[in-house]
Amino acid sequence: MKHTSIFFLYVAQYMKTRLTYRVDMLMEIMSDLLFQAVNLIFILVVFGHTNMLSGWSKDEIIFIYGFFLVPFAIFGAFFNIWDFNERYIVKGEMDRILTRPVHSLFQIILERMELESLFGVLTGIAVMIYAGSRLDLSLSWYDPIVFLFMVLGGAFVYAGIFILLASISFWSDSRTSIMPMMYNIGNYGRYPVDIYNKVIRFVLTWILPFAFVGVYPSAYFLGREEWYGYAFLTPVMGAVFFGFAIFMWNIGVTKYRGAGN
Amino acid sequence: MGKYLEMIRVRFLMMLAYRTNYYSGILIYSINIGAYYFLWNAIYGGKGEIEGLSVIQMTTYVAVAWMARAFYFNNIDREIAQEIKEGKVAVEFIRPYHYLLMKTMQGLGEGIFRLSFFSIPGMIIVSLIFPIEFSAAFSTWMFFMVAIILSFIVNTQINLLTGVMTFFFFNNDGLIRAKRVVIDLFSGLLLPISFYPGWAQNVMDFLPFQAISYIPSMIFTEGFTGSAVWEAILFQLVWAVILILPIQALWVIAKKRLIVQGG
Repeated sequence: MKHTSIFFLYVAQYMKTRLTYRVDMLMEIMSDLLFQAVNLIFILVVFGHTNMLSGWSKDEIIFIYGFFLVPFAIFGAFFNIWDFNERYIVKGEMDRILTRPVHSLFQIILERMELESLFGVLTGIAVMIYAGSRLDLSLSWYDPIVFLFMVLGGAFVYAGIFILLASISFWSDSRTSIMPMMYNIGNYGRYPVDIYNKVIRFVLTWILPFAFVGVYPSAYFLGREEWYGYAFLTPVMGAVFFGFAIFMWNIGVTKYRGAGN
Repeated sequence: MGKYLEMIRVRFLMMLAYRTNYYSGILIYSINIGAYYFLWNAIYGGKGEIEGLSVIQMTTYVAVAWMARAFYFNNIDREIAQEIKEGKVAVEFIRPYHYLLMKTMQGLGEGIFRLSFFSIPGMIIVSLIFPIEFSAAFSTWMFFMVAIILSFIVNTQINLLTGVMTFFFFNNDGLIRAKRVVIDLFSGLLLPISFYPGWAQNVMDFLPFQAISYIPSMIFTEGFTGSAVWEAILFQLVWAVILILPIQALWVIAKKRLIVQGG
């Protein structure tokens, strides 16, 4: 497999460069942890004043947040191409990518990966174990497999949305701030969708399906049967969005003109 | 004095040249405010008030906290760190102004720009979408003005402090990032300080962070009334004065042990 070996070569190279500046990497992981802690503290403080959030208990909300961290970490490690427009289109780096015999998106993902984000997987699982044990959740033998599919589905939903946005740059290279906006909209998915009004709920389910990264898949593990339909759609949504994003990317690449110099 | 006013003006004009970037910023802030609006509505459920704030006051709090952030927020810690790393700071030392004061003035120019092109239009837009209550009392607006000026000063001082630390750590990106997270949480931007458990509130009473966001937002929403307003402003004022000491001390030490890494 050519792609697998290229992938591991890049990973090895990445590790070498990062481990040269160990303190810097440690600080980065620490500040990620701090950021995740802030969100947890927010939930804890809020539940000092209320017992239920639209019918969801504190531990359930914490569980959803824990789950959200896992696909988000995978997304952050591999698909975080928010600066694609500036780096590859405006500066013309895309020219270099296109001269090489590997799929352009694959190369960009390898170049822009940030493996230290994967630490969030551990944090997320730890948070889920904490919340899960307080909720007395039981695991069946197939649950880890379901978990894997849910996580991949969620990560691909995120990846699909960001790749689609990056593809826009092929048609218009003007600077936009849609990317940072997406991060903020993504935060909506961390909480149960029933707290939002119908329009936002529809958007979070079908147009920018961030709800499939947090609340819907978590509903399966929390045994909330009324949401099972949506929960099992998670891998499907991931595949559909990711597939559509790749499709648009491939069309976009043919429209790329280069920045010239 | 004239030269410092000029710095405010120049930074203001510089920002004006790139004003289109800011229209999308208003949208981003509105999205954030929207997320918290729904969240707080769910948290309140049927409750009339929590910790003395009604749900409408809470919405107003969230909106004004974000919009005020546009005024007091600046990146001068990052700029100072950059100039120290690039060695540019050596040249700044021989120029006829106080470097830190100059940075503060640039931050103020940026703040005034954002206040007029971001916060005020943003607040109008947000108030059309969400139920927000504006106070009719003139005194509330006056106190609010004083409070956000002081919040700018305290926030800028903390930024200066973090920036000057670069002299000692060489690379303090991690510290700058950690500071930002701490300020978001403990300044009251995400949660009013009164929502924290008692012991945490006691700890925060001894820290300057609530001067940044909690106090101006509480004044605006009239969560503080009567003598509480005066006490809050006094709290800000005291911290604004206290923080001068460590900044000046670090600055004097830093000048002595300046190592220019290039430039």
